[in-house]
Amino acid sequence: MGLFFTFVGIGLFALMLPILYRLIVGPTAIDRIVAVNVIGTKTAVLLVIVGVIFKQVGMFVDFALAYALLNFIGSLAAARYFHRVRQDREASSIKAPTTT
Amino acid sequence: MYRLLIFILILTNWLIFSGIFDVFHIGLGVLCAGIVTWISSDLLFENRSKSIRGRLREMSRLPSYLVWLLWQIVLANVYMLKLALSPGGLEEVSPRVVRFKTKLESDFARFVLAQSITLTPGTVTVKIVGDEFYVHAISKAAADGLDGTMEGWIAHVYEPELEEKQA
Amino acid sequence: MSFLINMISGALVLVGLTFFLAAAVGVIRFPDFYTRMHAAGKGDTLSTILILLGIAVFTAGNFSVDNLLIAVKIMAIAVFIMLTSPTSTHALMQAGYDDGIKPFEKEKEDEIETEEKPTA
Repeated sequence: MGLFFTFVGIGLFALMLPILYRLIVGPTAIDRIVAVNVIGTKTAVLLVIVGVIFKQVGMFVDFALAYALLNFIGSLAAARYFHRVRQDREASSIKAPTTT
Repeated sequence: MYRLLIFILILTNWLIFSGIFDVFHIGLGVLCAGIVTWISSDLLFENRSKSIRGRLREMSRLPSYLVWLLWQIVLANVYMLKLALSPGGLEEVSPRVVRFKTKLESDFARFVLAQSITLTPGTVTVKIVGDEFYVHAISKAAADGLDGTMEGWIAHVYEPELEEKQA
Repeated sequence: MSFLINMISGALVLVGLTFFLAAAVGVIRFPDFYTRMHAAGKGDTLSTILILLGIAVFTAGNFSVDNLLIAVKIMAIAVFIMLTSPTSTHALMQAGYDDGIKPFEKEKEDEIETEEKPTA
């Protein structure tokens, strides 16, 4: 069963590569955040699988949980940041004609 | 009352995640759960005027909704699989933004509705303005799938008085 | 008994991988940001839940208290991801929509940009 999980881990990693393509190419910034979010979720799963392979699930589960938490907060913060940038840009474009 | 409930919930979480049952670690758990409850106990259970009977009714109706939702998640993914992997799948993709007004009143029920829409076949909630939902649907079939079934379920679980008013 | 548990856990993990394959292909193939979001948000959630469920079944397979506790922890991760993944999808969708990214549309002639519906 250890060999099976090794191959599952390799498969999971291989399937991350197409998403990595979207991360590098992705036309908009938000495409890239989505790609990072998906890869992050899958990394949490991969951590649990690594734990199973090395027979130390108890330790790696905690890592995976912390990673999932950080990933969620990170993508929320990025989304909020882009939202804010947009609002600031709008506000300054409204203000611009009156100041000049 | 609610503080005690929240304290017990947090302590249970601690016990599951620490997994060490000696006096020192459980003592630390009680200390941490106490501090968290003291600082932020008002974040959980928003509407505290509900009766205990109402809460019990919610608890008893929630599982059947969750089972239905899990089934919908599976359907959503099978649909996604079909669209992504079949060669002609992209022909069916014709996205659109649908707007509708909800009849749900509490914020929590709306949150549950938004999450559920995101997880069901071909639709994702974009934003909520007032009581209007903006939903992005990936195809015409998915947009037709938003026919009020889910809102009915959530009203049944969280706002039974709304259902009685209409009946 | 242990063979049965291995079979169940292996099947769950493989089905999860299949759904993740669909999500990955969808992220590559779909035409615009919103439809990619569909693939990422949904495929990611269910495949994560299934793979973690498979591992939890495998871990709980030899019935000791420690391993049961670890299985419960793994399921806690699955529930956490099931709650948070739609939330972050929603936040990113809203950021994109307010950023003014135009949705890709096919039926321009007979559809307006947003259509009204009487109810959900």
